[in-house]
Amino acid sequence: MIGTWQLVRLALRRDRVLLPVWVLFLVGVTYSTTTALEELYGSQESRALLGLTANANSAFLAMLGPLHDWSSLGGLVVWRWGVFSGLFIAVMAMLVVTRHTRAEEEAGRTELISATVVGRHAPLAAAVVVAGGTSLLIGLLQALALIGADLAPAGAFAFGLSTASVGLVFTGVSAFTAQLSENSRVSNAVAGGFLGVTYLLRAAGDAAGESGPRWLTWFSPIGWTEQVRSFGDDRFWVLLIPLVAFAGLVGVSAYVVTRRDVGLGLFAARPGPARGSIGSPSGLAWRLQKGSLIGWSTALFGVGVIYGSVAQAVGQMVRDNPALGQVVQRIGGADAMVDAFFATVTQLLGLISSIYLVQALLRLRSEETSFRAEPVLATPVSRWGWVASHAVFALVGGAVVLASAGLGLGLVHGLQIDDLGAVLPRMLGAALVQLPAAWVLAGVALLLFGVFPRLTGVSWAVVSVSLVLTLLGPTLGLDQWVLDVSPFTHVPKYPDITFGPLAWLTAVAVLLLVAGFAGFRRRDLTT
Amino acid sequence: MTSAISVSGLVKTFGPTRALDDLTLDVQTGEVHGFLGPNGAGKSTTIRILLGLLRADSGTARLLGGDPWKDTAALHRRLAYVPGDVNLWPNLTGGEVIDLLGRLRGGVDRVRREELLERFELDPRKKGRTYSKGNRQKVALVAALASDVELLILDEPTSGLDPLMEAVFQDCVNHERERGRTVLLSSHILAEVEALCDRVSIIRGGHVVETGTLADLRHLTRTSISAELAGPPDGLAGLTGVHDLVVEGNRVRFEVDSDELDPVLKQLVASGVRTLTSQPPTLEELFLRHYEDAK
Ligand SMILES: Nc1ncnc2c1ncn2[C@@H]1O[C@H](COP(=O)(O)OP(=O)(O)O)[C@@H](O)[C@H]1O
Ligand SMILES: [Mg+2]
Repeated sequence: MIGTWQLVRLALRRDRVLLPVWVLFLVGVTYSTTTALEELYGSQESRALLGLTANANSAFLAMLGPLHDWSSLGGLVVWRWGVFSGLFIAVMAMLVVTRHTRAEEEAGRTELISATVVGRHAPLAAAVVVAGGTSLLIGLLQALALIGADLAPAGAFAFGLSTASVGLVFTGVSAFTAQLSENSRVSNAVAGGFLGVTYLLRAAGDAAGESGPRWLTWFSPIGWTEQVRSFGDDRFWVLLIPLVAFAGLVGVSAYVVTRRDVGLGLFAARPGPARGSIGSPSGLAWRLQKGSLIGWSTALFGVGVIYGSVAQAVGQMVRDNPALGQVVQRIGGADAMVDAFFATVTQLLGLISSIYLVQALLRLRSEETSFRAEPVLATPVSRWGWVASHAVFALVGGAVVLASAGLGLGLVHGLQIDDLGAVLPRMLGAALVQLPAAWVLAGVALLLFGVFPRLTGVSWAVVSVSLVLTLLGPTLGLDQWVLDVSPFTHVPKYPDITFGPLAWLTAVAVLLLVAGFAGFRRRDLTT
Repeated sequence: MTSAISVSGLVKTFGPTRALDDLTLDVQTGEVHGFLGPNGAGKSTTIRILLGLLRADSGTARLLGGDPWKDTAALHRRLAYVPGDVNLWPNLTGGEVIDLLGRLRGGVDRVRREELLERFELDPRKKGRTYSKGNRQKVALVAALASDVELLILDEPTSGLDPLMEAVFQDCVNHERERGRTVLLSSHILAEVEALCDRVSIIRGGHVVETGTLADLRHLTRTSISAELAGPPDGLAGLTGVHDLVVEGNRVRFEVDSDELDPVLKQLVASGVRTLTSQPPTLEELFLRHYEDAK
């Protein structure tokens, strides 16, 4: 472990912008969610009504979890933000750990460092310290922010530490996935897949009725944070589970480090074909990206299936509950609620697909910085041909990903209500209308890549802003012009599909893509 | 003879760094041209401009009669390139990469491919991430040498090869020369260039400081002479071409430009020579002189 502190300092220096942004974001949103909810649900009656609808609506349950305690403002904050807070901190931990372990090893820098006086475990230990430390800091600051907003200190700490616990678990998860493969992309993909399962397990558990498999939440690190019941019972003991998981995962990873060679994964690479069949840039793009496309499509099909299976329960629950039925009648009846559910879900799927699109497009940049673009562009392949190979893959791949999600939704919901023929095309359409908005974000990424290549990473900031505005903007009571910044705000809401916005979103996307390409045609290749 | 590459007045800056400063380079069709210079001299930058990967700030560059920035795709059909930093796709095997680059260039010579794989002792079934630096370089070399092109641009292609493979490489380049191909070989190792090249350009600080055949360059080298004379060494100091003169009584040591050897020896003989040792000129010395100036 010698040298860990030097590596920690190196990592903090490299992440001196990234980490503060994460901290600010997760703490800031905690505070602003609290004040916004206080304004929206100031009265006891409004909270009671919210509690009634939130807990009766499987869609809400699946997306946000149950609202355990609507008598206090704290309970509302936990319900509206707790699950997302956990999701975001997990992504933070994942990116930080992979960046300082496997990605470094892949780039050959660990080899350089291992040759100096640095212990075998130092790189892993440093990454764990940085990601785990940041998680704890975020948790503590979240608690302080909640106390600052006049909430009960015990509940505030229960909430903050719950968020931190998800960060710790995913620090451990990615410490482990970083050992498995030689490729940091694969490490992130496996950890990301695990995060998806984590979210879905608790979604399934939360949405399950009295007799359903409620225990599923106990198998999810985000589910554990719900079980803490912050601002209710404040069951701090539940946090022992993530702590044990964290220690176990880090321990296993540390053991694997001693069992493998620097630069290699746990599983040795097998020899492949001596002859190649790839003969074009698009063939190469397909070969490099098909794994990720298949993974994303499968995952989104799964998400679609889960949400699709909840949809019917949304209507059913309303029909079974006369008191609730009256409330719901005022907003258009059970069918309107099912529609609203699909509107929210397809928007969420659109947002997720934009993450796929942007990362597929940014493959261009990583090919460039890793010097792999150079030999290809030194052949008769034109700049246009090379950019198009990955761009087309990303744009069409986005359609495939969304269609898989729509397929999952439509298949399950269609079978449940016994009307597959009508439901399936409707759901496919509802998912695919998100595509132009996702294309706009891809256009922004290509523009940055073409014109300001060193700022390509800003694409992720743009994606995050759209995500936050769309998911949390309405709750935070932001002005319409702020919400309008996200292209997803302009996508027509299911079931009222109009083609006007879709046409102009597509036009904007095309303009951005063309501008990005023109920029790339004129610029130097840089690293 | 026509020029395969002709560059003049080339300037390229990266922010405050002036990577190329009025660079002039001429490579004749059919020759093996050495592009020699210390690290950071601007070799890779020049090559990237010739490949249309970078755009020059000013100056002209012509490659195979075309403009490297505008006629990129057409020119690339006629050349093959081995980069200085070969980085392969982790999941593709060496064989797949060779075939990919070959096909993108318009086809691979199957027989030649197998022959080269054998000579370089390269296993084409291994995945990209498992190759060492030298083996990654071999993959790029096989891909380049097995394609049917007029011009090979090789950027420090041997920096990861062991001496045995270095010899194989030299064989291959000689073979290419016999087939009438033009080769631009960048290197920072003099011996390699001496062994292979018809003509050499020495680059330093983004500027070509010497260019010519090896024989031309030898003219620029100096002979070291130390002698014991019968009398005091009069008049030596005033002669052109004499450097680093040290006089200790009747003994002298100095270096003399190879071109000025004749008048200087005449002057020595005039003073009466008792003993004389001379060390023949080496390119190494010329080369080191330029390297040291660069520091
Ligand atoms: N993309 C770049 N950005 C900034 N500086 C660069 C870049 N590429 C090269 N340089 C600088 O230009 C000079 C020449 O580099 P290079 O052509 O790679 O030299 P060589 O190949 O002869 O070793 C060096 O000082 C190097 O640091
Ligand atoms: Mg170089």
